[in-house]
Amino acid sequence: MNRILFSKTGMAKYISHLDLMRTMQRALLRAGLEIKHTQGFNPHPHMVFALPLPVGCESCCELMDFELVKDAGEEEIVSGMNRTLPEGIEVISAYVPERKLKEIAKLEMEIIFTFDSGATEEKADRLRELFERNEIVVNKKTKKGFSDINIRELMDKVEISIYNSSKIRLSAVIAAQNPSLNPLLITTAIGNYEPELAPDQVSYNRKEIYDNEMNIFR
Amino acid sequence: MRKIGLPLYALESKDPVKDFDIVAFSLGYEMAYTSVINMLDLAGIPLHREDREGLKNLVIAGGTCTYNSEPLCDFVDLFSIGEGEDALCELAELYGKAKAGGWSKREFLRKAADIDGIYVPEFYDISYNEDGTVRAITPIDGVRPVVTKRIVQDFEHSYFPEKTIIPSTEIVHDRVVLELFRGCIRGCRFCQAGYVYRPVRRRSSDVLAEHAINALKDSGYEEMTLSSLSTSDYKELNVLCDKLLDYCEPRKISLSLPSLRADNFSFELMERVQRVRKSGLTFAPEAGSQRLRDAINKNVREEDLFNTCRIAFEGGWNAVKLYFMLGLPTETDEDVKAIADLANQVVYIWKKHAKNKSRGVRITVSTSFFVPKFLTPIQWEAQNAMSEYKRKVQLLADTMKNRAVTYNWHDPETSYIEAVLARGDRRIGKVLEEVVKNGSGLQAWSEYFSFDLWMESFKACGIDPDFYAARERSKDEVLPWDMISAGVRKDYLWRERETAYRGEITPDCRKQCTGCGANLIYKGGRCDE
Repeated sequence: MNRILFSKTGMAKYISHLDLMRTMQRALLRAGLEIKHTQGFNPHPHMVFALPLPVGCESCCELMDFELVKDAGEEEIVSGMNRTLPEGIEVISAYVPERKLKEIAKLEMEIIFTFDSGATEEKADRLRELFERNEIVVNKKTKKGFSDINIRELMDKVEISIYNSSKIRLSAVIAAQNPSLNPLLITTAIGNYEPELAPDQVSYNRKEIYDNEMNIFR
Repeated sequence: MRKIGLPLYALESKDPVKDFDIVAFSLGYEMAYTSVINMLDLAGIPLHREDREGLKNLVIAGGTCTYNSEPLCDFVDLFSIGEGEDALCELAELYGKAKAGGWSKREFLRKAADIDGIYVPEFYDISYNEDGTVRAITPIDGVRPVVTKRIVQDFEHSYFPEKTIIPSTEIVHDRVVLELFRGCIRGCRFCQAGYVYRPVRRRSSDVLAEHAINALKDSGYEEMTLSSLSTSDYKELNVLCDKLLDYCEPRKISLSLPSLRADNFSFELMERVQRVRKSGLTFAPEAGSQRLRDAINKNVREEDLFNTCRIAFEGGWNAVKLYFMLGLPTETDEDVKAIADLANQVVYIWKKHAKNKSRGVRITVSTSFFVPKFLTPIQWEAQNAMSEYKRKVQLLADTMKNRAVTYNWHDPETSYIEAVLARGDRRIGKVLEEVVKNGSGLQAWSEYFSFDLWMESFKACGIDPDFYAARERSKDEVLPWDMISAGVRKDYLWRERETAYRGEITPDCRKQCTGCGANLIYKGGRCDE
C-alpha cells in the first residue's frame, strides 16, 4: 500500500473529484507506475481518497491511497507523478501508511470572504457574534431529501479577523467525517442569518487534517 | 462572458483568442457554422474577413463539411481542403515568412492560394443567374480554377499523434483513437465521407501497434478505440487485435471496435475484444428493402443481417438497434413499410434461435431524415419536404405493430436546416450572422436549436431555404462548390446517380476499380494496397 500527500491549488481547484480520480490514474500510468485493479467483473483501478474535496476548494493536505503492481520508491513516485500531473496538483510526499484513513476526525479550514463594499471591523464583529451562537441551522440537501443540521456543533476554534481592506478571514476546525461539514454551508449560513453580510466572493482552503486528539494525521 | 466582459480564451494557456496569429476551426458538420461566428464575436475578432486588416487573427477552417466552404466565405480567410498534415505545415511556414517580411494580408493570401489544398475564397468571384443559380465561378489574380483536396501520400509513415494534450476533465472521445486507414472501399451513394476520403490508404498492423502502445503509455488512458469508416474492412484486423490485446489485456485496457458491418461481422472478434458486457448490437441497414439498398449501394444483404442476428441471439445477445434513413431518392411507401417487415423478421429470428428467452428481446428501429450532401452522387437531389418525412414516419409507425420493436424517429427540422447549409452558397453567410445576432450560436445543440429563429432569419435576408434544400439541380448547373475537387470526378458522380436510378449496384473498390478518379491524386501509390 502506498499513500501520497498532495496539494490542489490555483486553477486545479476546479477539477472535480471524479476528474481528479481519472487524472491521478493517468498520472501514475504516465509515470510508468502500474496501479493494481480491483478484482471482479468490471475491474477498475484501486484508489482511495481520504476526504473528497469539494469543487472550488483549495487544499495543501490531500491524501490518496493506492497499490502498485510493482513496488516503487518514494522518490520515483513523487518525481514521476509531478512530471505528469497538471499545474496546480503537486505530490508533496509518498510513503507507506501506518494509520488508517478512518482515524481522520478533524480539518482546519481557512475561508476568505471578499466584500466589494469593503471589509470593516463592524462586519467582522457581526460575524463573530453569529458564530458565538450555539445553534446555527442550515437546510442541507441529502440523498434522501432535505434536512436541517446544526453546523455550529460541527465547528470548533472559530477565529475571525480582517485579512485586508476587502477580505475577512475565518478559520475553524471542522468535523471531517461521520458526519462531515461541507464548508460551503458556512457561507450559506451567513447568507441566511445575516443577508447583509453575504460575501461577494469566497475562497476555501483546507489547511490541515487531524485525528480525534488533534494530532496531525498523515 | 459577455456580461462581465470576459473575452474568449484558449483552454490550456488561458491567453485571449484575440492574441493569436492564426485562429483555426475544425468543423464536424454544418450546424457548427453559427458557433464559428459566435466564437469570433466572443473573442472580439471582427467577423468579416475584409474587416480584419493585416496578418493578425488569420481565420482558417477545415473539415469534411468545408469542401463546400461557401456559406462561411464571408468570415473565413482560407480553408484547408482535405488532410491537413502537410498543408498546415506549409501554411505555417509561409505565415512565418510573411510576418518576418512584413507582407500585406493580400500578398500572403495570394501565395497561400498556391499551396496544394488551400482554398482562398477572396480569389474566386461568383456571379449568379436570374433564377438564383450560380452563373460562373471566376478565378482572379491567376489562381488555379479548381482546388483539389490534399491527401497524405505516405500514410504508413505519416505523423500520428502519440503525444497528445491530456485533459484534466472528462472530454468527448476521452480515449486513444487509433486511425487504421483512410477512405472506404464501399461507395455507399449517400455517404459523403465515402467519397471525399478516397483513395483508401492504410497503416500496417506493426506500425499501428507501435503507435498504439506509445500513445497509451504517454496518455495513461485505459481505453482505446479503433477508428476508420469501416473497421471490419481493415485487412489485418485479426492480426492487429492480437497484437493490441497482448499489450492491453494484462493492463486492463479496454479496446472498442466501432463501425462494424453486418455482412462481415466477426463474433469471434467481438467476444475476444468485448469481454465485459454482452448487451446491444447496432447495425445500419439504412433502407428497408433490397431494391432501395441496391439503389443507394449499401450492399448489405438481408441474409447477411439475419445471419448475424441469428448468431448474436444464439450467443446470448438480446438487443439489436437498427438505423434507417427516410427520404432517400427513389423511396416508395413499399420501401418504408419494408423497414417494419425487416424488424419483424429479426424478432422472429430471435424467437426461433434465442437460447434464453426469459429476458425478452429489444429491437430498436431509428429513422433519421436524409440530407443530400455535396460531392456525392446524390448532390443534385431534392430533399423530401418535412411534411413528406412526417407522413412516412406515421406510415412506418402505423405499420410497426410488433410489441418487441421500439420505434424512434428524429425530428426533421435540424436536418432541413442542415440540408440548406450543406448545399448553400455565399449568400447563406448573412443568414448565419442573423441567427447568431438574434439567438444563440449553439445551433448544433438540440437544447439551443431554434427552427423558428432560422426561418425568421431566412425571411429577413430574403432567402428561400427550399431553393437549397428542396430543389432538384440539373446536370449542367454550376454548383456552388465546383471550384473544389475531392479527386472523384463530377461525371463519375453523375454516372453513379444514373446507376442508382436503374437500381444497380457498383462493386466495392476491392472487387473492381470503377474509375472514380481519386487514384489520380495518389501519386505513385495504389488504392487499398
